[in-house]
Amino acid sequence: MELTWIDVIVTLLRCVFAVVFVMNIVPLLIWAERKGAAYIQDRPGPNRAHILGIRAAGLVHTLPDVVKLITKEDIIPDHVERRFWFIAPVIAMSIALMTFAVVPWGDQILLPAGLFGLEQAKAVNLMVADIDGGLLYVLAVGSVGVYGIMLAGWASNNKFSLLGGLRSSAQMVSYELSMGLAVVAMFLCYGSVQLDEIVIKQSGNILNWGVFQGGLVGLIAFVLFWTSVFAETNRTPFDLPEGEAELVAGYHVEYSSLRFALFFMAEYAHMVVGSAVTATLFFGGYNLPFITGAMIRQNVDLVLIVLGVLGAPAFFLFAAIAWGRRQRAFYKVLKADDIRHREPIFFTVVWGALGLGHLAIAGLGVAKVVSGFALGPEIVAFLIHTNVLVAKVLIGCWIMIWARWTLPRFRYDQLMNLGWKMMLPVAVANVMFAGVMVALRPYFPWNS
Amino acid sequence: MEAMSTSSEKPLASKPRDFGFLQKLYLKEILAGLVITIRHLVTNMWNNLRKQDAAWRTVEYPDVKKPMPERYKGAHRLTTRPDGKVKCVACMCCAQACPARCITIEAGEDDGDAIEKFPVEFQIDMLRCIYCGFCVEACPKDAIRMDTGIYEINAFTRQDMVHNKAYMVDLMSDLKPEAEDFYRENRQSGPAGFNPDEKQVI
Repeated sequence: MELTWIDVIVTLLRCVFAVVFVMNIVPLLIWAERKGAAYIQDRPGPNRAHILGIRAAGLVHTLPDVVKLITKEDIIPDHVERRFWFIAPVIAMSIALMTFAVVPWGDQILLPAGLFGLEQAKAVNLMVADIDGGLLYVLAVGSVGVYGIMLAGWASNNKFSLLGGLRSSAQMVSYELSMGLAVVAMFLCYGSVQLDEIVIKQSGNILNWGVFQGGLVGLIAFVLFWTSVFAETNRTPFDLPEGEAELVAGYHVEYSSLRFALFFMAEYAHMVVGSAVTATLFFGGYNLPFITGAMIRQNVDLVLIVLGVLGAPAFFLFAAIAWGRRQRAFYKVLKADDIRHREPIFFTVVWGALGLGHLAIAGLGVAKVVSGFALGPEIVAFLIHTNVLVAKVLIGCWIMIWARWTLPRFRYDQLMNLGWKMMLPVAVANVMFAGVMVALRPYFPWNS
Repeated sequence: MEAMSTSSEKPLASKPRDFGFLQKLYLKEILAGLVITIRHLVTNMWNNLRKQDAAWRTVEYPDVKKPMPERYKGAHRLTTRPDGKVKCVACMCCAQACPARCITIEAGEDDGDAIEKFPVEFQIDMLRCIYCGFCVEACPKDAIRMDTGIYEINAFTRQDMVHNKAYMVDLMSDLKPEAEDFYRENRQSGPAGFNPDEKQVI
């Protein structure tokens, strides 16, 4: 196939979109981590930093964090193994971003002929790398991720870092097995390793979702996979590599400034990617339950009307709440000329504008402007699918954050026992069970 | 009694408990824990949304200040007589009592007053002060007090951390009439026979 300039642009756009997708969720997660931890522990959490008086419930705190990390002194200790030490955070971060390449964030978009000088209609897959390996690529790249941590631990030339790196590699090797086997069970159910095909198979009825596949096979595979994702991302209760109490901070003790920031962001990027893969495998990816992409395209006007009618009251309610917050005791304590008095007014305006925007969307649906525009239905389907995936990713990430502030850390022997004595046998049994279920599939007409 | 006797009969080093299969799976207990934490989160979010005040006890410090207890030892102030002159007679009792040696008094003579001796300068180095309150205890004239409740004692230079006479006289001048009354009442209802206006017999 001949490579045209539109292919190049589309590929570039997809790459940029994938990176932006992951990196934009990261600051949101840092905020959710702080605020969620605070609310779980009965305290107000971050609420001081503000831009022109707008504090946005502590969301602004990420900004001074970034400025702090950028302007901090970048210390390179004398005793480190330089080459590997430099490359370790880069590996950690780039692997986290690479994994997202095969996750589809929307179904195939059809660029109609005539648009952008196209001679014939062109289908665009909404994923960076449309490779046959698909999920195998996720497993392969995910296991390279441990190199970042191992190299950091080894190259730091420090016993705490080394122990952190050792723990991390042992943990990842143990949990990768059950993760792989959980995925094998899903391969058997779907009969495909390509993530876009897997997602298409999950469209329509909610019972097509991965968790409901093959009786209990999908559910067990999901629990195994999700636990392994926790271990792969080094999140509590599997965050032994950075046990503060006994290892200071584990593999990133010797890193400061932006190098530390890379490790920090890599953890959150891993969370995003892990949630995205889980959503894709088990929860229908970008699909809404019971609503397929074709249905959205055919009824764009109806979709827009429903969106607008549901969205507008919600945002107007938010605006009303924001307006009511002026009466809070906190604002009465502030001096009259305090810049933070603007905050409730600002948010009333923002939510109100969003509500009006949704009314406009409903009006657009009524006016049938979008369906008249050739690319309109495609854009609406793309936006809805991407936002559904974002919602699923955020739910997954929130569960990780929630678990972090609930569970204590495992002891190392407990970790190994869970990995090798509980999860691995269950995963093997699940694969066999999945084989049986697939073989019996013709005899269960309801179990497609 | 029965419960106590059974617990004392237990061997000190007990065998590791045999957990059931469900507990070994962790899942049930994890879910129970997650329910507890989300309950806190939802309660706090709901209170934050619904109530005028949040449910937590955190004081939002620079904006909201916690009232200090009456007997809290804050920044020092020098009390004055009705004619506006300081009560201090530069007897150096406080400087002697000070374990941190942070009080410097330069005594002077005032010929036009019945009380001739007075401090020309009275300095406290707040960087050295340990807020023990011995100076207040030692003063025979109730001339120095630590009742301001001010705990934000800070400056950009070391020199600015030395509080001088003018500053300490001025510290609560706007609150003075009420503050004087308040403390006189409190002192009289305080320890037996103590009256700041009477001369102390040591």
